[in-house]
Amino acid sequence: MNSSQLPPSANGFLNNPQNRAVIFQVLALMFVVFLAYYFASNMFDNVEKRGITTGFSFLDDVAGFGISQTLIEYDDAGSTYYDVFIVGLLNTLLVSVIGIFFASVLGLLIGVGRLSSNYLISRLSLVYIETFRNIPILLQILFWYNVVLAALPSPRKSFSYLDSVFLNNRGLLLPEPIFESGSSAILIALILAVTGVCFLARWSKKRHDLSGEEFPLIKVSIAIIVLAPVVVYFISGQPISAEYPHLKGFNFKGGLTIIPELLALVFALSIYTATYIAEAVRAGIEAVPNGQKEAAKSLGLKDHIILTKVVLPQALRVIIPPVINQYLNLVKNSSLATAIGYPEIVTLFSGTTLNQVGQAIEIILMTMAVYLTFSIVISLMLNWVNAKMAIKGR
Amino acid sequence: MATYAVKEAKPAPSTSKGVLFWLRENLFSDIKNSLLTLAGLYFLYTIIPPLLNWMIFDATWSGAQDEVVKEGARWIFIVEKLDQFIYGFYPESLHWRPNLVALICIAFLLSMKFVKNLNLKIALILAFPVVCFILISGGWFGLEIVETEKWGGLMLTVLVAAVGIIASFPIGIILALGRQSHMPIVKTLCVGFIEFVRGVPLITILFMASVVLPLFFSDGIDFDKLLRALIGITLFQAAYIAEVVRGGLQAIPRGQYEASESLGLSYWQGMILVILPQALKISIPNLVGSFISLFKDTTLVLIIGLFDILAMVTLTNSDTNWLGYEVEGYVFVTIIYWVICFTMSQYSKAIERKFNTEH
Repeated sequence: MNSSQLPPSANGFLNNPQNRAVIFQVLALMFVVFLAYYFASNMFDNVEKRGITTGFSFLDDVAGFGISQTLIEYDDAGSTYYDVFIVGLLNTLLVSVIGIFFASVLGLLIGVGRLSSNYLISRLSLVYIETFRNIPILLQILFWYNVVLAALPSPRKSFSYLDSVFLNNRGLLLPEPIFESGSSAILIALILAVTGVCFLARWSKKRHDLSGEEFPLIKVSIAIIVLAPVVVYFISGQPISAEYPHLKGFNFKGGLTIIPELLALVFALSIYTATYIAEAVRAGIEAVPNGQKEAAKSLGLKDHIILTKVVLPQALRVIIPPVINQYLNLVKNSSLATAIGYPEIVTLFSGTTLNQVGQAIEIILMTMAVYLTFSIVISLMLNWVNAKMAIKGR
Repeated sequence: MATYAVKEAKPAPSTSKGVLFWLRENLFSDIKNSLLTLAGLYFLYTIIPPLLNWMIFDATWSGAQDEVVKEGARWIFIVEKLDQFIYGFYPESLHWRPNLVALICIAFLLSMKFVKNLNLKIALILAFPVVCFILISGGWFGLEIVETEKWGGLMLTVLVAAVGIIASFPIGIILALGRQSHMPIVKTLCVGFIEFVRGVPLITILFMASVVLPLFFSDGIDFDKLLRALIGITLFQAAYIAEVVRGGLQAIPRGQYEASESLGLSYWQGMILVILPQALKISIPNLVGSFISLFKDTTLVLIIGLFDILAMVTLTNSDTNWLGYEVEGYVFVTIIYWVICFTMSQYSKAIERKFNTEH
């Protein structure tokens, strides 16, 4: 088309898509920068007017409040806000790891149950999934904490199992392992056993690739990992003993106490997240075409070989990404612990510390940074897994 | 010549039809299955009868507190406190206003289905939130003002969810389009916002909105506690909507984009007339899923001190005349949440099935 036939404005500067893109982006950037400037200047004004100090120097001040569960040394009189931060971070990690473990086990069971040929089991699994995924997680946490665990008996009337495990309204009490000198040998034995198993796995895979011979890897590995530390335990003269909790006065002394807040949180988080994991497991196994199983069967493979060599490798590719996302959700949902006062990062840092120090911006940004780090780490892990599991050679 | 009469087909043997056959096939096909079935039945036996007894047969539905003799749930508490569970502290004489809003919502949804005139539809969509807001908060047309501190209960829960859904929708679409854009700066800004918000828990965003947001504005602007929570929830939900819509946008074949360009449509014309209608349609199941999450997440506003229906459980139990009814309160609220979320999820599944048959 001849350009003279177009209206004169058609060749104008603004009608060039590239020019428009540049102008639009400059405008967008200016808007964002202006907004940031406006917020920042107001913020500094307000902070100054209210006499709030800025900066991170508060981290070195003494916190001076007690925490009900600490994984590192912490004392009310001497520990700083930085210690509080670390205690909160570790408690978040603790509840996340325990929650992820139980959610995975429960989710796997329910997901497999959902596919069971047994009508009753498959229906029960469906009812479980539909019940618990449609109730808000915060409501579940509060229910476990305020209703179920609050109804437990006092220490004197606690439920006990074999006189070593006790459950009462102060929490769950377990025997505490005590490591005496010489117990490091057991740890070394364990590490050596794990390393040995890694090499064994590599060797057996290589042999399988070359000769097709199967090696009973799982049974042998479990035997090595269990036997090596046990043998060393007896050789080195049983250096690990257990301290049992015992009733003294109105409360228990000794042993390992799991506080009710942690119990409620683990129950609620794992029951809730398990529903999503179960759905992921079901979807993954259903995603394997029936022809794959039939083909494997017609090759004469045995049922457990079909499961481990044909179905699972293909199903896991579908299952793992959504499950890892659910792990991340569980970590984020653990922040709801603040509603029942479990001492994790949000409760301790965005709650107590914020109330005492008043430096809202620094404190909330630090809390957010923790969760952002978690999600970046988990998404890197996801990318790595995806790259490793991608179907090669196509 | 022999003649052959057609014989009637024999009925299937009694071992391969009927209830017994179904039972044997699905519940007792082998020893392992039979054991599982028995275990399942035992589980049901231990759970269902006590639950039914507690909730229905042994429950007390009416009467005074000190007349309760039965072991089960004392629903008299819920009956007594129902107004608080639904309206919070909203003045009793003004309860007709939220009720009217509920009716208007139903009328609005019906009108969206039946009104065909596009201009009228847009006018209705724009007028609807304004009318609802004026009715609830008052201050206009001689309606008495009700401060937001008095809003509560189910009313507040639904309001927070509705505002979150409606306000986050346009923002989410714009963020999704920005993420798909070829302009690097716009793309970076949108990706940065979406990934930041999706990387942190809602509770930190609510803290941010309730504690830090007021610092961002000069002293003259005073934010209401509810408004701050709504801003936080809207921004949070917008990031999730953006990801759902992006999924829809990516599922639209390239040819559709190219076709709309070759028709001479501008970017916005192409998006609004060609791409978005298709992209949004296929994202509906996921959008409903994200609305369910939002509805469940509205419970978090109780942590920053708003009285939604879940907060009402604790609040009604602090009445010295009615102590120790937590269980009834929690069970009642659980049922309400479950019914609403389950209905929405079945709706989303129904839509998914409908779309599946179309292709």
